[in-house]
Amino acid sequence: MAKRIGIEVSLAIADAAKLADVDVVAAYPITPQTHIVEHLAELVANGELDAQYIPVESEHSAMSACLGASAVGARTFTATAGQGLELMHEVLYVASSMRLPVVMTVVNRALSAPLSVWGDHSDVMAVRDTGWIQIFVENGQEAIDNVLCAFRIAEDEKVLLPVMVHLDGFHLSHMIEPIYMPEQSEVDQFIPPYKYPLPLNPDKPVTMGAFAPPIIYSETKMAQEINLRASKKVILQCWSEFGSRFKRHYSPVESYHSEDAKVLLLTMGSFSETAMTTIDRMRKEGREVGLIKLRLWRPFPFKEIRQAVKDAEVLIVLDRALSFGGPGGPVCSEIKAALYNEDKKPKVVSFVGGLGGRDITADGFEEIINRGIEISQTGSEQEFEMFGVRE
Amino acid sequence: MEKYAIYVPRLVTKKEIFAPGHRACIGCGEALAVRLVCKALGQNVIMVNATGCIEIISSQLPYTSWRVPWIHTLFENTAAVASGIEAGLKVMTKKGRRSPQDVKVVAMAGDGGTSDIGLQALSGAFERGHNFLYICFDNEAYMNTGIQRSSATPYGASTTTSPAGKISIGQVTWKKNMPAIAAAHDIPYVATACPSYPFDLMAKVAKGVATRGPAYIHILSVCPTGWRSAPDLTVRLGRLAVETGVFPLYEVEKGKYKLSFAPSQLRPVQDYLKLQGRFRHLDKDNIRIIQERVREEYSRLLEKAA
Ligand SMILES: Cc1ncc(C[n+]2csc(CCOP(=O)(O)OP(=O)(O)O)c2C)c(N)n1
Ligand code: SF4
Ligand SMILES: [Mg+2]
Repeated sequence: MAKRIGIEVSLAIADAAKLADVDVVAAYPITPQTHIVEHLAELVANGELDAQYIPVESEHSAMSACLGASAVGARTFTATAGQGLELMHEVLYVASSMRLPVVMTVVNRALSAPLSVWGDHSDVMAVRDTGWIQIFVENGQEAIDNVLCAFRIAEDEKVLLPVMVHLDGFHLSHMIEPIYMPEQSEVDQFIPPYKYPLPLNPDKPVTMGAFAPPIIYSETKMAQEINLRASKKVILQCWSEFGSRFKRHYSPVESYHSEDAKVLLLTMGSFSETAMTTIDRMRKEGREVGLIKLRLWRPFPFKEIRQAVKDAEVLIVLDRALSFGGPGGPVCSEIKAALYNEDKKPKVVSFVGGLGGRDITADGFEEIINRGIEISQTGSEQEFEMFGVRE
Repeated sequence: MEKYAIYVPRLVTKKEIFAPGHRACIGCGEALAVRLVCKALGQNVIMVNATGCIEIISSQLPYTSWRVPWIHTLFENTAAVASGIEAGLKVMTKKGRRSPQDVKVVAMAGDGGTSDIGLQALSGAFERGHNFLYICFDNEAYMNTGIQRSSATPYGASTTTSPAGKISIGQVTWKKNMPAIAAAHDIPYVATACPSYPFDLMAKVAKGVATRGPAYIHILSVCPTGWRSAPDLTVRLGRLAVETGVFPLYEVEKGKYKLSFAPSQLRPVQDYLKLQGRFRHLDKDNIRIIQERVREEYSRLLEKAA
C-alpha cells in the first residue's frame, strides 16, 4: 500500500517521474522549477533512476533534446517555468505536430518585464495554442497523480501527444504537503512500457519533419486538431482507471457546491483551494454560491463547462493572466465563447488577479464574488476588473 | 591523391542513400556533398537536419530523398535534437530496449544554422561531449531564404542583405572561423572538406563518425545560385578555393592541426574570385586586401600544422 509522506511538491514530482521510469530528462534551471530538476539530477547521480540527464544550455535546447529522445522511443520528461517556457515556444509546436509524447511540468510563473519569479498564468496562456494536452492541478497529490497519468495519456497509441501539467509557482511547487506516493509495482501496472510505433531506426527508415506545401499543410493541421480533440476520450479513460486503482478521481471540470448555486466562481490551479474555503464560509451564511474548477485546459471541455454552469445566474471567472488590450482574462474569453450560443447561460463577469505572486485570500475571494454579483446587476463599462490593484 | 583516384571509385558504394530526384538547383555543391557524405556513412545512421536548402530540397511531403532515418525539426536546434537522440539511444540500449548495434548520429546544417543561429546549441552539445558527428554545409550565405549574408559570408561578397552599392563593397566583415571555434571546444576531431576532393571528404566523414565523442566537419559547398557562378564550374570552384588557400583542407585531431593538401604555391585569389558574380564589383584594391588576408591566414595555419 502507498504510504502518506510529508514532502515538498517539487520533490514529489521528480519522484513521480522516477516512478514512471523516465529514460531521458533534458532540462535547464529556472525558478520556481529548480527543485524538480535538481532532484532528478540527484536521483540519476545516485543511481536511483536509470536515465540520461542532459544538462542543456537553454530551454530551447531542453525541448529540442526532448524531441530527439522521444523520436527514438525514449520516455522523456522535462520541467520549466515562465521565461523558459517562452524560450521553448517554437519547439512546443513541433512536439505536438510531430506527435512526440514528451511530458513536462510547468511551474507557472509571471513573465518579464518587470522580472518576477513568482506565480501566475501568463506563461501558460502564451502557449495555449501549441497543441499540447494541458492539465491544471491544485495540490501536491493532484500534481503527482497527474504526472503519472500524463505519461499514460501521452504515450497512448491513439494519442501520441505531449502533455503539460501546470502547477502554480511557489504557492504549490514549494509547499510541503502530505502526499500518497504509489508503490513502484502499482505504477508499473498503471503505466505500460513505452513503445513508440515509428521511431528513428536504421532497420526501418522513416522521414520525420518533412515540409508541407500548401496542398497538404491544411490536411496535416486538421488531422492534428482531430487527434487532440479525440484525446479527451483517452484522458477520461485514464482518469477513470486511475480512480479505480488509486481511489482518487479526476475530471475535466470539477464542481464544489455548485448544484443549486445561483452564483458560481471559476478558478484554475492552487487558488481553487482558498476559493473553496470562501465557498464554505459563504454557504454557512446561507449564500447560494459554488465553485467550478477547470482542470483540463486543452482539449477544452466545452460540453462539461456548459453542463456545469447552465443553471447558474452569474458566473465569475478569475484569470491569473492578462490579454493586453483584449477581452481581459484569456480563460474568461474562452468560457464566454463556449457559452455564447447557448440558450440558457449565466451572465459572465471577468476578474483578473493574483498576478506575479500576489496572493488572494479567502476574504479576497468573498470580495470578488460580491463585486461580481454587483457587476452582473449594474453592468460595467470595462471588459474586466483587476482585483486588488492599487491605483 | 590523383593516382589513387583510378582505383578508389571502385571501392565506393554504388548505392545512392541520398536518393536522386531531389529539388536542388543544377550544379548544387551541397547536394553533391550530401551524396558523398551518405556514401561514406552507410545506412546504420540517424540523420538530423536543420532547416535550410538541404532539408527543403530533400523532404517535400509526401516525398523523401532519405533512405536512412532522418528528422528535421527547426533551424537552430539541430545539435540539441542530436543530443537527445544520442542520449535516448544510449539509455535504451543500456536498459535492453533496443538491440545494441552502434547506430551513428549525424547532424547537418548550413553555415547559418551552424555559425549564427545554431551556435549556442552546437557549443552546448560539444561541451557536453555527445557522441555524434556534426557536418556544416557551408555555402557562405542563407541560401534557402534567398542569399542573405551570414557570418560565414566572405569579405567583399554581395548578398541580398550585404549588397554591393555605391558606397559599399558588400560584406564588410571577415568570414567567421567556425572550424577554429569547434576546435576550441577541445573535441577529438575537426576537419574541413570540399566535394571537389571526394575521397578526402569521404575519408574524413568515415573518420569523424568513428570518433568517440563529438566530431565536426566543415564542408565548403559551392552554390551556383548564390555565388552567381556557372553550374558546370562547381567542382572547379571548389578546387580553386583550396588551391588559392581561400579554403584550406585540414584536420584537427585531438588539438593537432594537419594539412590534408598543401599546394607548393598558392594560386592568386583572383583565379577564384573572377568566376563568381558575387565578387564582380570588386576593384584591384579590394582584391589586394583579400589576397593579403588569405596569405596571412594561410601562414598562420601552416604554423599551427608545423
Ligand atoms: C527561427 C528561424 N529564423 C529564421 C528562419 C528562416 N530560415 C530558414 S532557412 C534559413 C537560412 C538557412 O541558411 P543556412 O543555414 O546557411 O543553410 P542553406 O540554406 O544556405 O543551406 C533561414 C534564415 C527559420 N526557419 N527559423
Ligand atoms: S540555392 Fe545553392 S545550396 Fe541551395 S539548392 Fe540551390 S545551389 Fe544548392
Ligand atoms: Mg548557407
